[in-house]
Amino acid sequence: MDTPAIGVLALQGDVREHLAALAAAGASAVPVRRPAELAEVSGLVIPGGESTTMSKLAVAFGLLEPLRERVRAGMPAYGSCAGMIMLADKILDPRSGQETVGGIDMIVRRNAFGRQNESFEVPLEVAGVPGGPVHGVFIRAPWVESTGAGVERLAEVGGHPVAVRQGPLLATSFHPELTGDHRVHALFADMVRRAG
Amino acid sequence: MSSTPSSAPQSSAPETGTARVKRGMAEQLKGGVIMDVVTPEQAKIAEDAGAVAVMALERVPADIRKDGGVARMSDPDMIEGIIEAVSIPVMAKSRIGHFVEAQILQALGVDYVDESEVLTPADEVNHSDKWAFTTPFVCGATNLGEALRRIAEGAAMIRSKGEAGTGNVVEAVRHLRQIKNGIGALRGLDNHELYAAAKELRAPYELVAEVARLGKLPVVLFSAGGVATPADAALMRQLGAEGVFVGSGIFKSGDPAKRASAIVKATTFYDDPKVVADASRNLGEAMVGINLDTLDDSERYAGRGW
Repeated sequence: MDTPAIGVLALQGDVREHLAALAAAGASAVPVRRPAELAEVSGLVIPGGESTTMSKLAVAFGLLEPLRERVRAGMPAYGSCAGMIMLADKILDPRSGQETVGGIDMIVRRNAFGRQNESFEVPLEVAGVPGGPVHGVFIRAPWVESTGAGVERLAEVGGHPVAVRQGPLLATSFHPELTGDHRVHALFADMVRRAG
Repeated sequence: MSSTPSSAPQSSAPETGTARVKRGMAEQLKGGVIMDVVTPEQAKIAEDAGAVAVMALERVPADIRKDGGVARMSDPDMIEGIIEAVSIPVMAKSRIGHFVEAQILQALGVDYVDESEVLTPADEVNHSDKWAFTTPFVCGATNLGEALRRIAEGAAMIRSKGEAGTGNVVEAVRHLRQIKNGIGALRGLDNHELYAAAKELRAPYELVAEVARLGKLPVVLFSAGGVATPADAALMRQLGAEGVFVGSGIFKSGDPAKRASAIVKATTFYDDPKVVADASRNLGEAMVGINLDTLDDSERYAGRGW
């Protein structure tokens, strides 16, 4: 498990950046679009993108139930931005028919920081990530509205959690994959190694 | 407010409108389909079909072509109606060089401005200074030099121009190939040669050197202009587009909801002919389409912008 096989859900979004970040963090990174590809990986990243699009494609191509089963069975998963929404048990204001994989006992608010004109970057401390602040890039980003008892809050902006962890599941409102800083992906790769 | 590609926050205060959040926004659209819509109802159909964004405009290019006259930015009420109807990003078009239309679109809160050749150009020499905006811009290009000139002006995303409103993909193919071939040609050059290449491309040396190093544009590259079927979308993806814009192709067809959903599926599984075949079944009538040989030069949009 020194080089864990980690998939990136490749239905839509910034898949290439996550593949590159995972490779830099010492994982063997592969795109996942089909149930058979999901079965081959020890952990999964759900990338940034449009959560409604990802949700609809996951349903259309029979990937949603296999994803839920793997997450229920303890597969480590990390979601950034849209990926955070996909890992939330509940969305505050879902679009009609918008399904999530779930797994993290939290409610998320989509586009909570506003539209693109309000998108921003800011350095922030993330618990569990050593070596100084992480560069947080927030793009039409969600925040965590509320969390259940088992959820650790790793970082906050303006009092709202923007990075959380529950067991083998990790989620960030921001996009470390856009920064060239691979510490969050290294943290996740370690989570996958430990689970293996 | 304005920023350069190398900008990074100097303080711990949140910073908006940086090159990273502008370009990063387009990265989130990759692998997706951006659809032209003219009403809130169409926007909802597009969102339900899995569009990653919609382009709000008063008339789709096929109708602009038919109606003639000066084509301008859409009515703010109409754009706001679409912004309220959906939760996915909303883009809108300004005329080339009409930076006041772009200012209005920014004030309305659109997520991306398309400085578009589909509208009648407002300036025959200058494009808008896109660094001056918080809202990111997408611009059309027919070749690598044009793409790099737009990026130098601040474009955070590039799309092929194609020939909008024709339902004919031939120009989009030509433009995407020209951009990709231009990038390929830079790959083998040494430092001495890159200066001459920059001169030939009429683009800044720094950008040319960056493209040579990356083997790709420093921003996301989509295809636009003439995509009408799932196979068209998959073709553009296989040729190297990171996603597609579909203009008239959806809402000028027989069954827009079905066609929209089919194009989304074909864009994701562009390299799996079985999926594209299934997506292509029973879609009803495609838009009629225009054979480009019948278009007069003055009716061609791709020559607008430079």
